[in-house]
Amino acid sequence: MGNYHHPEIETMPRADIEALQSARLVEAVERVYNTVPAYRKKMEALGVEPRHIKGIEDLHLLPFITKDDLREEYPYGFLGAPLDDVVRIQSTSGTTGRRVVAFYTQADIDLWEDCCARAIVAAGGTKKDVVQVSYGYGLFTGAAGIAGGAHKMGAMTLPMSSGNTDRQLQFMADLEATIIACTPSYAAYLAESIHEKGMRDQIKLKAGIFGAEAWTEEMRHDIEQSLGIKAYDIYGLTELSGPGVSFECEEQAGMHINEDHFIPEIIDPKTGEVLPKGSKGELVFTAVTKHAFPLLRYRTKDITQLNYEPCACGRTHVRMHKPMGRSDDMMIVKGVNVFPSQIETVLMNQGYPANYQIIVTRVKTSDNIEVQVEMTPEMFSDSLTEVSKKEKELVGALKSMLGIYCDVRLVAPKSITRSEGKAQRVIDKRNLY
Amino acid sequence: MNIQQISVFLENRPGAMAAFTKLLQKNNIDLRALSLAETENFGIVRVITDDPMTTVQVLKDGGYICSLTPVIAVAIEDKPGALVDLLDTMGDAGINLEYTYAFLAKKANSACIAFRVTDNEAASKLLAERGIKTLGQEDLPALFE
Repeated sequence: MGNYHHPEIETMPRADIEALQSARLVEAVERVYNTVPAYRKKMEALGVEPRHIKGIEDLHLLPFITKDDLREEYPYGFLGAPLDDVVRIQSTSGTTGRRVVAFYTQADIDLWEDCCARAIVAAGGTKKDVVQVSYGYGLFTGAAGIAGGAHKMGAMTLPMSSGNTDRQLQFMADLEATIIACTPSYAAYLAESIHEKGMRDQIKLKAGIFGAEAWTEEMRHDIEQSLGIKAYDIYGLTELSGPGVSFECEEQAGMHINEDHFIPEIIDPKTGEVLPKGSKGELVFTAVTKHAFPLLRYRTKDITQLNYEPCACGRTHVRMHKPMGRSDDMMIVKGVNVFPSQIETVLMNQGYPANYQIIVTRVKTSDNIEVQVEMTPEMFSDSLTEVSKKEKELVGALKSMLGIYCDVRLVAPKSITRSEGKAQRVIDKRNLY
Repeated sequence: MNIQQISVFLENRPGAMAAFTKLLQKNNIDLRALSLAETENFGIVRVITDDPMTTVQVLKDGGYICSLTPVIAVAIEDKPGALVDLLDTMGDAGINLEYTYAFLAKKANSACIAFRVTDNEAASKLLAERGIKTLGQEDLPALFE
């Protein structure tokens, strides 16, 4: 049996969880129908009215929301509360077209932070702990969620943000941080730096909470060994609030979904049909307690499966497997969401041909993305300076589109393999899933 | 007068240059001059041949990206300091060299130097004023007799 932040909710009998979900769902559908015209329209198109939704057994009647829907209705189309009640936004990375802006009332922030507090407590956190938050602060949800959760459960928070490794290690040692929250790749990098600097004896970490990108069990093992900690996975999406939608307990056998706030379903990504319990498919969430950005049946595009077996930790909330793939072509590189189409847009805008290839690798713990572009007569010049300048412009345009640095490699014409007329655009060599 | 240099895009990887020269060999094209500029990822090889149009056609047919670039070429005496006067003349007139390379003619005691400058015309005119003869495409064969 573990420690809980909200024992009565986290260990609630299944029947009670489902009753709570049903009641909250009915209320949420009524509310969303009346406050979000974009969703009301979707319901009307299917002939569904709030009165048809009597409980979670009727969830499948509701229309889905996709990221494209959010894009079409950007920025305020899915706002479910008066702007006067909104106190904050967070946002995903990506272009204006792909960007999602999520809105929060104070109550939305509280419930999000509660979810994160549960995650920290599940990782062994108490008021006595020192939580080092090494996610980037700002529009991204990682830092805001974990820091808020740490405040809620009463630990001292070190708002380090990402980067500046020397400073990270100094604070970690001097203030005796016991829990670190960051991306798994940054954790691996910090671990390496700690060993290089011979600081292992000064580090008091006991646990790490790592999310925002895919990582393997091998990577978990390496980080745990290297830092002498337990490494916990955490999952979330900006669209649903941020990290803390689900989190691992001490059993490290799947992430408990905060089901009092988020109702999960697994669907067939092609047909949209709900799949039987335990099936592998696309994860869909219905947020039943959020007011400012209340997404119902939001398609995450993450492929996973749910485990309803009781967990040894005593929590009754369903566990989701670490995402096993995507039902779209999104990649997460250096913790940032990247779509091949964004790269294609940049290439087109810069006058490059559509013959390109994206190669993603992980060298030690750091992601690297290389965009290979075929040289064209128009781009070519006898001057190295000219060609290098174009190369740099492309690097700059990719950086401003994606928010991360990409290597650019100009290659000979027709050197990018074309198979059956359709080129393989992305080669991900990281073996993440 | 100018010489038409052929500039070719090559990837920076083992065998790229060999494949390029093999194509020239196959088409019996003799190189008069060759210079290579490289970055970590790619290179630009610049060559001078007797018949630039045919060379370009051969390269294009071979799938290479290439272009013709007029460069200024001057034959100078093959002795220490011969280049100094020429470069001083250009430098004093504010003409910037983008790149330059030298090649040896078969004719005794004669070296050639090729220049790519921002303004070919201004540079040619300046050199003519100073009595320095620039080479034309038609001058090449004689240098290699």
